[in-house]
Amino acid sequence: MELSGGEILVECLKSEGVDTVFGYPGGAVLHIYDALYQQEQVNHVLVRHEQGAVHMADGYARATGKPGVVLVTSGPGATNAVTGIATAHMDSIPLVVFTGQVHSALIGNDAFQEVDNVGITRPCVKHNFMVKDVSEMAETIKKAFYVATTGRPGPVVVDIPKDVTDPKVKIPFEYPEKVAMRSYQPTEKGHSGQIRKAVDLIVNAERPMIYTGGGVVLGRAGDELTHFTQKLGYPITQTLMGLGAYPSSDKQHLGMLGMHGTYEANMGMHHCDVLIAIGARFDDRVTGDLSKFCPHAKIVHVDIDPSSISKNVVVDVPIVGAVKSVLTEMIELINQAGGAKKTKELEAWWDQIEQWRGMKCLDYKWSDEIIKPQYVVQKLWEVTKGDAFVTSDVGQHQMWAAQYYGFNKPHRWINSGGLGTMGFGLPAALGAKWAYPDEEVACITGEGSIQMCIQELSTALQYNLPVKIVSLNNGYLGMVRQWQEFFYSGRYAMSYMESLPDFVKLAESYGHVGMRIEKPSDVEGALKEAFAMKDRLVFMDFQTDPEENVYPMVPAGAGLNEMILV
Amino acid sequence: MRHIISILMENEAGALSRVAGLFSARGYNIESLCVAPTHDESLSRLTLVTSGDEQVIEQIVKQLNKLIDVVKVQDMADTAHIERELMLVKLQAFDAVREEVYRLADIFRGQIIDVTESSYTVQLVGPGNKLDAFIDALGSIPVVEIVRSGALGISRGPRGMLIPEV
Ligand SMILES: Cc1ncc(C[n+]2csc(CCOP(=O)(O)OP(=O)(O)O)c2C)c(N)n1
Ligand SMILES: [Mg+2]
Repeated sequence: MELSGGEILVECLKSEGVDTVFGYPGGAVLHIYDALYQQEQVNHVLVRHEQGAVHMADGYARATGKPGVVLVTSGPGATNAVTGIATAHMDSIPLVVFTGQVHSALIGNDAFQEVDNVGITRPCVKHNFMVKDVSEMAETIKKAFYVATTGRPGPVVVDIPKDVTDPKVKIPFEYPEKVAMRSYQPTEKGHSGQIRKAVDLIVNAERPMIYTGGGVVLGRAGDELTHFTQKLGYPITQTLMGLGAYPSSDKQHLGMLGMHGTYEANMGMHHCDVLIAIGARFDDRVTGDLSKFCPHAKIVHVDIDPSSISKNVVVDVPIVGAVKSVLTEMIELINQAGGAKKTKELEAWWDQIEQWRGMKCLDYKWSDEIIKPQYVVQKLWEVTKGDAFVTSDVGQHQMWAAQYYGFNKPHRWINSGGLGTMGFGLPAALGAKWAYPDEEVACITGEGSIQMCIQELSTALQYNLPVKIVSLNNGYLGMVRQWQEFFYSGRYAMSYMESLPDFVKLAESYGHVGMRIEKPSDVEGALKEAFAMKDRLVFMDFQTDPEENVYPMVPAGAGLNEMILV
Repeated sequence: MRHIISILMENEAGALSRVAGLFSARGYNIESLCVAPTHDESLSRLTLVTSGDEQVIEQIVKQLNKLIDVVKVQDMADTAHIERELMLVKLQAFDAVREEVYRLADIFRGQIIDVTESSYTVQLVGPGNKLDAFIDALGSIPVVEIVRSGALGISRGPRGMLIPEV
């Protein structure tokens, strides 16, 4: 079979089992678009802004575990995609992003819509390639998918000069069955000696704490984690990225940890004697002041990325390997050891934890007059039976979503944790809805964030993606305002935005349903009404308490035991 | 502590910028960096000199290994090794100074590779600290320019850097 570069690209996507490309056309990728047009197997979702395309592919990837695929043109198409790529990179999301490039002969000449895509994206990708000749196309794409999806996943950019997809240049096509790269061989299986050492420490712990992160979700190890944790009977806390891997409603779960984590989780971290870190990376939003972090603990750390181990916190038992495989081995050894020692110390530890839990740090002041944002999230949980895919933007609403929507399954909580990208929520929700049209998908957002990718409301109409937007409209860039209240004596510099649009009319003009909800007593009814409209996108503009803060909080520079409770 | 780190990379365009970019993005310092092809056309070998405490060096090695094009990384401090650097020094040399330069070059086993009425250019090879010592020894002799290659390192003994099989 003789094919052109554009046709080869499409055939490669088919071979990889790709069902959808999220993208936006332009001069440098016209040959590719022409090849996409002439087949039916691979769908294309036309977004309204390239950032939206990448977030959509990202939402699709986070919901399904499959790689998201993006196609954008050269120059501004590629630069618009960069925020999305960096977002995926920080959260280790597998994407393959095809960027158009000017004709090879023009590269380096400041040609029209030329930008050095490989150079610009280098610091925010797992890897990138430029396809210099059509003969390299198939192998490069094979490698791109392989690198994106194996080891610690991440986005891979494939830059393609226009002449490489010239329809007049046809070559025989064959998709390579396997890839092998001497320079890239991720470790799957953990070192058995280290695993044995870890298990010995774990089963003999007096004040154990399990701390897990996004690696468990990415590594599809939710079941193993649950088994492991319940076998041991130990307390567990999950990071913002890890939520859902272990069921939040289970009594062993202490909630999220870190800056806006629960009192019981953070105190548990601070006082534990053995910390079992799994697929988590000791991010600064999690650890607080490093010099005060887990002062009494021996630390076991399981991660697929060797560079995550002992980067911020030096650990006692490092284990490099895939979380799923390491947990499976650990469970076996724990069984052999007859489980955890049921000591008096362990019992006392749980008593202590229950005391901390008794502080009820997530209680908030109720109001009959004004809608409390936390209440909206709690009601959303009830109305969706805790089973929706929930995406969020970035700010206070993101923290309330994480704190009050108790995720019980992995892959259902989708947010930009690492980069903290406002504008992520809506396109990510559309990507999840595209993947699972029969599931409920909600986007919890703020009036600031939603305006950063609002144009994708149009994409939602074109492709019939009836997600539910839950906007917690406090009239402020709330998270910024909160910091200004706490740390800048209430000087609200640029955290208030005048002239907000009428979101109801805005939703309507995009062809959707808009609702404005002002009273606490209307919250539940509005949510029920919205979710009853199965085939309509509904934009719910909740007028929430403007000066509500996210509690509890570990202020910057403090230790996890130094929380502000209210 | 100062470390010499040897890196074998796939000989792809942009290999150097991946390494240089990593160092600037993560705030590691680079004292010197040399890159050249090897007897194996598919590889290029980089030698860089950096410094930092044990934890920093461990991170540097891990981060380098994480680069997809990096085939092998070796911290020379982990093995017995030889370090060499090439330096060319152009000096103003009149009258009595000519004699002095000549003598110093001889003591340091350097060679004078260019001569004019007013200048000498000396070539010197050795570990970095020997080259530094030569510069110190020049005392008040006016230097016109100095160019150094940056350090190279190679392990002692019969074995080379092991390339992983596919
Ligand atoms: C693209 C981008 N720009 C700026 C910020 C900094 N930032 C973090 S939260 C926030 C406020 C978000 O406001 P809103 O969406 O209304 O959410 P709220 O905090 O009020 O719930 C800002 C500006 C960011 N995270 N992302
Ligand atoms: Mg707001």
